[in-house]
Amino acid sequence: MWRTFIDIIKTTVFALPVGLYTSIKHLFKKPVTRKYPREKMEMAPRYRGLHYLERYDDGTERCVCCGLCAAACPADAIYMEPDENDKGERLAKVYEINIIRCIFCGFCEEACPEEAIFLGHEYELADDRRDKFIRSKDDMLVGHPRKDRPYKTIHRRVRKHY
Amino acid sequence: MADLTFVAIITAKVIVIFLAVMIGVAYSTWLERKLLGHIQHRMGPTYVGPFGLLQPLADGLKLLFKEDLVLSRAERTIHAIAPLIAFVPGFLAFAVVPIGEPIELFGYTIPLTISDLNIGILFILATTSLGVYGIALGGWASGSKYSLLGGIRSSAQMISYEVSYGLALVPIVMMAGTFSLKEIVAQQASVWDWYVFKNPVAFLIFWICAIAETNRSPFDMAEAESELVGGYLTEYSSMRFSMFFIGEYANMLTAAAVVVTIFFGGWNGPFWPGPWWLVAKVIFFMAMYIWIRATFPRVRYDQLMELGWKVFFPIALLNVLVTGIVMYLW
Repeated sequence: MWRTFIDIIKTTVFALPVGLYTSIKHLFKKPVTRKYPREKMEMAPRYRGLHYLERYDDGTERCVCCGLCAAACPADAIYMEPDENDKGERLAKVYEINIIRCIFCGFCEEACPEEAIFLGHEYELADDRRDKFIRSKDDMLVGHPRKDRPYKTIHRRVRKHY
Repeated sequence: MADLTFVAIITAKVIVIFLAVMIGVAYSTWLERKLLGHIQHRMGPTYVGPFGLLQPLADGLKLLFKEDLVLSRAERTIHAIAPLIAFVPGFLAFAVVPIGEPIELFGYTIPLTISDLNIGILFILATTSLGVYGIALGGWASGSKYSLLGGIRSSAQMISYEVSYGLALVPIVMMAGTFSLKEIVAQQASVWDWYVFKNPVAFLIFWICAIAETNRSPFDMAEAESELVGGYLTEYSSMRFSMFFIGEYANMLTAAAVVVTIFFGGWNGPFWPGPWWLVAKVIFFMAMYIWIRATFPRVRYDQLMELGWKVFFPIALLNVLVTGIVMYLW
């Protein structure tokens, strides 16, 4: 009986205020919330998101459809068919990446000798149809006069015209 | 003619207080979400309006347009009435809470309380305990086992604290020598006369019992989200659901206002007009509710019973005895 009373007094006088202080001190800390759809998170520079195909400064495609990316791809997500333009240069007629299969390992980017394919920072991959996950060349090629800054710098010199 | 103005004044006061409590309810939900969010390092509502201030409005509109579901096994009439029974008592007790000193308006002296009952404390004890009927009936009429359990738990919870709830006020009534809240407020004109300093034990018991009375965490057995999904309001949706919530928050406001009135000097304050002080103190106690909710985990059922019967009941009785002895010797 007295033991209970002493316990109660101990609790009310010492324990409860300590608990209350513990929770209230967090009130003045900065919230860690990210307001995601409104404010997108800045991804790390080496983050590997959706693929894009780079161009030369004059607008011609870099990809020569050598197939090294498809060979390097551990998930076998890349399919390509080669073609030639009227100048006799190789280019990709079909270039498709199956985003559902892709594991975003970045091996294609490393394998590419022409520095044509890169993994960008885009991470909103959801879609409502499975077909849309097969991204074709048109989806991946960057626009010619690049509006946004390039994600990665390209060190190779611009190819001369024949 | 004089009777008509009297009626008009009373009606105006009732409408003003009802609207004030409704707005108070809306913004205590906002305060709760904001404060609880920041304690948990979240933002709380931010989307609607500046600081999410229009969030209660958006919630209300959303609830109005939601589908109103009634289970086929529900007891339809009682199911419909129960939210009202839970809704009304929260507002009733505000009828006797004094809001400020009488004001002069159009040549009339208007006391700023709807009615200054000479049994104000009894009236408050009577009305606030009515809310549990709404909860128990709502739980029973839903036709769901979980709701029934929630309702029964609520009523079983009530009997374990309600005795101490009433007993905690006995020393105050003894010291004040009156049941009238207006008188009690008048006696606490200066800070040192506040009854919380004269009798802190009564305040602690009353406040903890008030938290249990309003089914707030850590005593929210009736809702018990983790065990009973939503307790007595599992099967309620749309506006009826929100009626329960308005009732609960109105009860919280009432309990806060009563604590302020009885223990913290009511509308008395050094410089502003009375109502502002009442509002400020009530907001402080609403924040206390939220703070306590953010801090303590829900007690178990037997722990509440033990607390109510084995701890608060003897302490409250002892408090009555000690207060009597001290008053006799003083």
